[in-house]
Amino acid sequence: MQIRRLAGWLALSAALPVAAQESTPAMVAAAEKEGKVVWYSSVDVKVGEQIAKAFKEQYPKIEVDVERSGSERVLQRINQEYQANIKNVDVVNSSDASHFLFWKQQGWLAKHTPPDAQKFAPQYRDPDGTYFTWRATLDCMAYNTNLVKEGEAPKSYAELLDPKWKGKLVKAHPSYSGTSLTGTYALVKVLGWDYFEKLSKTGIQQLQSTTAPPKTLASGERAVMVDGNEYNIFIEMAAKSPVRPIYASEGTPFVSSPTAVFAGAPHPNAARLFQNFLYSAKAQQLLVDVGGQRSVHPDVKEPAGRTPLKDIKLLPDDATGMLPQIADIKKKYTALFGN
Amino acid sequence: MALLLAALVLLPLYWLLDTSLRDAGKAFTLANYDQLFHDPGFVKPLVTTLWTSAAVGILCLVAAAPMAYLVARTDLPLKRSFRVLVLASFVTPPFLGAFAWVLLGGPNAGILNQWYYGLLGLKPFEAQPLINIFSAWGMVFVMALYTFPYVFTFVANSLDMIPSELEEASAIFGAAPWRTAMNVTLPLVMPALLAGFIIAFLQSMTLFGVPAILALPAGVDTMTTKIWSLFQFPPQPGLAAAASLPLLLVTVLLLRTQAGIMGRRGYSIVGGKSTGMRTIRLGAWKIPALGLFGFVLACSVVLPYGVLLRTAFLKNWAAPMAGNFSIEHWKFVFLEFSQTRLAFTNTFILGATAATAGTILAVTIGYLALRKLVWGHRYLAFLATAPVAIPGIVLAVGLFIAYTRPPFVLYGTLVIIFLAYVTKELPVGYQQVASSLKAVHPELEEAGRIFGATRLRTLVDITAPLIRNGVIATWLLIFIGSIRELSATILLFTAKTKTISVTMFDLRESNDWGPIAVLSVTMLAITFAMVAAINYFTDRRSS
Repeated sequence: MQIRRLAGWLALSAALPVAAQESTPAMVAAAEKEGKVVWYSSVDVKVGEQIAKAFKEQYPKIEVDVERSGSERVLQRINQEYQANIKNVDVVNSSDASHFLFWKQQGWLAKHTPPDAQKFAPQYRDPDGTYFTWRATLDCMAYNTNLVKEGEAPKSYAELLDPKWKGKLVKAHPSYSGTSLTGTYALVKVLGWDYFEKLSKTGIQQLQSTTAPPKTLASGERAVMVDGNEYNIFIEMAAKSPVRPIYASEGTPFVSSPTAVFAGAPHPNAARLFQNFLYSAKAQQLLVDVGGQRSVHPDVKEPAGRTPLKDIKLLPDDATGMLPQIADIKKKYTALFGN
Repeated sequence: MALLLAALVLLPLYWLLDTSLRDAGKAFTLANYDQLFHDPGFVKPLVTTLWTSAAVGILCLVAAAPMAYLVARTDLPLKRSFRVLVLASFVTPPFLGAFAWVLLGGPNAGILNQWYYGLLGLKPFEAQPLINIFSAWGMVFVMALYTFPYVFTFVANSLDMIPSELEEASAIFGAAPWRTAMNVTLPLVMPALLAGFIIAFLQSMTLFGVPAILALPAGVDTMTTKIWSLFQFPPQPGLAAAASLPLLLVTVLLLRTQAGIMGRRGYSIVGGKSTGMRTIRLGAWKIPALGLFGFVLACSVVLPYGVLLRTAFLKNWAAPMAGNFSIEHWKFVFLEFSQTRLAFTNTFILGATAATAGTILAVTIGYLALRKLVWGHRYLAFLATAPVAIPGIVLAVGLFIAYTRPPFVLYGTLVIIFLAYVTKELPVGYQQVASSLKAVHPELEEAGRIFGATRLRTLVDITAPLIRNGVIATWLLIFIGSIRELSATILLFTAKTKTISVTMFDLRESNDWGPIAVLSVTMLAITFAMVAAINYFTDRRSS
């Protein structure tokens, strides 16, 4: 009896989504009084500022301070600041979903569910209502169409070891970028460290952020991108740069990139208002249209010309599985490719 | 005063040493040093650092010594313009030069390589590039471009002080000019050459921006990039402290050697300017001489400034200029980018406060030490110049450790960066103030005292007006040094305390070259305004 009741309660609480917090006029007024929201984000700096601009158009009295860096650098800054008891961050976005497990464990994240996030499929919501998948992208391969003919572009990671690609590859660094780390974890499972050791001998150009390789590819400095954001490739394509994504036959890592409000946020109301805005259909559509992202918001429409996710062989991300291995991945990778 | 100075300089060093000898549980250990000397992850960067710094030193000598000779001894045309351009290279932050050289010398998209491929009808990737800037040698090249002015200045000053009579004697006995140069002039400037080499070596060893921008993409680490990587979360201060000490040790050793060399310089020949300098007529040698200046100054100033300016106004930096013009990067940096205002505000606050505090410290110490007013004035002068031996990144590791623990929790404030700047710039300020103070003969002050004025009054009424312009120049000099600082700031900044230099470094990690170029051009404009101001004040002093 007792157990059945308990089980009943559990079933009920699991079925009930955590109550969302609407952006009430009171919240807006309080947020305007705070006047500012500090957003640590790993999204491309221009995409980030565009989102901030859209927010300011809706709430002209609130400034958005976009502090952009790679996800792993975002983690480093927040953790170092919290160790020194500096509370500066209001809202955080990182493409290393395991960061949210760590911050939640530390008790640093606020419980706050944006109304729109309730519509997300369960795998894109923290059951305790602290973080949600704000955006997603693929950590994909790509090529420069001026330098590589369409038929000759590599179709798999394995092909990149062919000597003909020597000195032509560019990739991001998993010690800096959460997207690259998530991708490296997924690819090591499929290809093994043995593959990365061989890859490290191909004269790769080693960049930091996954936002960088698409730009290097577009400039013609390198011909094939091994590891970089799909969204920056879309942005480059919209700007008529000669680049195309490649979805490798081994699979392409899927990277979900959550946001959360910090419990110790110095601008708590502006933080919640901003978090609500980030998940609104309007902001999500902007992210997809202008920012080249994949959205898990059910009302968002994918622009024409992008391969739908269902037609791509995806390597799913797994924050829980990755968390204990992060230090090891970074160490092994750095030993092969340098800092 | 002495106590304050000692705290400023010695406290970080003490914590550096202490932390390097402790494990996570605070117990004594040599494990950090064991790892430093046995882990190839440390040995390789150390070796790279040593050979690349030596290569920079040699390259600087090869280029800058002949340049100095040409300016000091020959009828080379355009001397004044060349001196101005050498000065421009001297004040260009090396990391700006590295940014520019990525755009110029990227093996496939770099503008110079694009010209080279176009000229020879080659295709990128199929042919070898003219320049591959992403390599250890690329890094050496760029470092040399921004350290050669030190060697140039050392050798040129030394040549100015060596009377040309000896060389004339050699010429009268029938030696050809090049023979005179090799057999007479060279031995005389040898001390200056060695000293110049050492300064170039030390400069390159302690740079952070250039290796991070040019060598990391090729998978090459130096000690500074390695130390920086140890501050990724979780930071490893013990290991970073241990890795800092070899840099400190090498610096102290080399500076002692340099002091020894410079001290022995005084064959009775060198000292005091001689009256007339004989100028050697270059004749047909003018062409290669101009070629040398043209090459070095084009690579260090003309091409980099040109490419930064070009990039700032182009939509896509690697594409041809036609139809590509745009002010979108300026709009982004000054209207949309939310970090711009914060970074500029912080940079100016830090520059102004560090310059003011540094100048006050330098003047006080200079006055006390040179007029021998207090006991231990020698130690004061020593402490004021000691930070020369502390590389910026090493100082930052020390400050990070010293001021993230009670009683002084300064991490996350501008104060910790301010301390770094004041400490780092103090020697420069002290030298500058000391040279203006030395120019004021104590007799002038004594005269004031005889007429009954107090020491303070003579200071205010006599000394201060005389050294005023020198003091203003000191302030500006420290200001310039502070606004370009990267290697210490990179370890000490937080989101609220970022400066222009670290903002540019953040943008570099995502290859946003347009905004970087806009910030670079702005920074150069500010720097040159300051340099013009220094010239204005120092010129007035001499009249």
